[in-house]
Amino acid sequence: MNTKSEFAVPTLKEYPQIPVIQIGAMSHSKPFVAKAEHQQPLGFPGELVDDWQQVALRKMEELLGKYRALPVFLDSCVKCGACTDKCHYFLGTADPKNMPVARQDLLRNVYRRYFTFAGKHFPRLVGAIDLTEEVLEDWYRYYHQCSECRRCSVYCPFGIDTAEITMAGREILASVGVGQKYANEIIGKVHKLGNNLGLPGPAMINTLEGLEEEIEEDIGVAVKLPLDQAQADVLLVTPSADFFAEPHVDGLIGYAKVFHQAGISWTLSSYASEAANFGIFIGNYENMQKVAQRIRDAALELGVKRIVVGECGHAWRVAYSFWNTLIGPFDFLDPNYPVPQHVCEMTYDLIQRGALQFDRERNDDKVVTFHDSCNVSRASRMGNIPGGQFVIPRALIKAACNHFYDMAPETIHEHTFCCGGGGGLLTDDLLELRVKGSVPRMEAFKRVVEDHGVTHMAAICAICKSQFAKVFPYFEFEMDAIVSVHQLVGDALQLGVER
Amino acid sequence: MTIEVGGKVFETDEEGYLANLSDWSEEVATSMAGIDGCELGDNHWEVINFLRSYYEEYQIAPAVRVLTKAIGKKLGKDKGNSKYLYELFPYGPAKQACKYAGLPKPTGCV
Repeated sequence: MNTKSEFAVPTLKEYPQIPVIQIGAMSHSKPFVAKAEHQQPLGFPGELVDDWQQVALRKMEELLGKYRALPVFLDSCVKCGACTDKCHYFLGTADPKNMPVARQDLLRNVYRRYFTFAGKHFPRLVGAIDLTEEVLEDWYRYYHQCSECRRCSVYCPFGIDTAEITMAGREILASVGVGQKYANEIIGKVHKLGNNLGLPGPAMINTLEGLEEEIEEDIGVAVKLPLDQAQADVLLVTPSADFFAEPHVDGLIGYAKVFHQAGISWTLSSYASEAANFGIFIGNYENMQKVAQRIRDAALELGVKRIVVGECGHAWRVAYSFWNTLIGPFDFLDPNYPVPQHVCEMTYDLIQRGALQFDRERNDDKVVTFHDSCNVSRASRMGNIPGGQFVIPRALIKAACNHFYDMAPETIHEHTFCCGGGGGLLTDDLLELRVKGSVPRMEAFKRVVEDHGVTHMAAICAICKSQFAKVFPYFEFEMDAIVSVHQLVGDALQLGVER
Repeated sequence: MTIEVGGKVFETDEEGYLANLSDWSEEVATSMAGIDGCELGDNHWEVINFLRSYYEEYQIAPAVRVLTKAIGKKLGKDKGNSKYLYELFPYGPAKQACKYAGLPKPTGCV
């Protein structure tokens, strides 16, 4: 364990360049395999099952029937190549299997062999291959070199959703007993304790009390962080990293200041103390449903009227796109507010109504840019206008800061590059991948640093924040150059003024 | 994986975190730090001891602000911040210090 890296850190180029391919450049990269204790509580076998080939094909057949998009995605690729240079992991590693089409083909070729007429009878003619142990190992390696960010899908003329194929790959792997430790251990903790960290209720109380003291010492205002307060109007569910880590915690303090100043009664829940839902990362519906269910149960138990989701990228995707069918209907919530509502939407709405005033000069030590998180950008929306998920976070930053510059247009909005640690890959055993995969984003950041003197990058995703804090120093940036959007909001917000 | 300290062998996970909390001793901590080329001084021990006592009470490592506040009280306000903790534990206080303290690695989006 040292800070010197055991791999060559790429040098940032002035303009993005498509690398010359290096076959097998990342064939050594794979995350730790989940042990039985992390597999079984999720309903997966503890280790590779004896008849894994049959189990894998049965699972594939099940998924092909259950998810009607999957066979379409597997059938419709024409190998046009539009996706090849769109993946941050390909651009950062030069491994040709990280071209989205090639990574998909690892599954597609097996699908052809067992589920198509041509593949069954003339496998060689259509590139169909048998499901061998070697193939299974490639799945494990390369389906953990996709962050399910879906940038490639934006450029695919058929709209093939690479993430769906990665999710199917991971679901099959876990089903034969080869799950990923990082994601599965975390999901187990949510089932048991309610959050990714495994933070028990008493520790949450202790942490929140400490934060209340800290805020009062800092600004002399008694801003509260209520927990398990029945009949509050709003239940806030937020990534547990917001309680635990920096810079996340300053975002949590920012939400609390907004609630305080707006006079909204709100609460956190010790039962549903996590917005994140790693069930989506491993492609497993049952686990995703079970993780989400805690939030519905807590909302009903506490008798709240609204659910607001904190700064977490994939949580917002799950909430915005899937909650209604996963854990709905939400007929018990107030229909006058979006169900669910993103914390950025809530703050934006309060600004529009003149409920919040800002002293932007307080952020004058910062020149800020914004990193669009992939799941927010490409899988959800905010507000009632198309592209609201791009407009609203930027509007919040501009309300709180005098100095804002966007990164290059081909790297923001729906074209945004993944931070390099999304989709269940934010683990130290994949550090080389994370550092290399961050290169396209780092290059875009470097340009605004050099051209506009940008000092800080703001984000609305716990994974992005942790990832940047980790990889910035590899590229000579300060680890605290990453901030929460609601930190900027909270720092500039005038408390105690008439609203 | 295992770690050998004073003739005894202890089980660890893939990254060298102790599998059983009860296997921890000061010698184990010193030995783990030694492997990383880190010599534990008094200030390291303040952090390690706080982590252990917090864990004993709450079954989790303290959040970063809980830790910086406690260390600030013990070692002086100028040291109650994560910058100082990163000087002590360059790989990150949450992870490196937890390892030496015999605590499991923090999980999640951290």
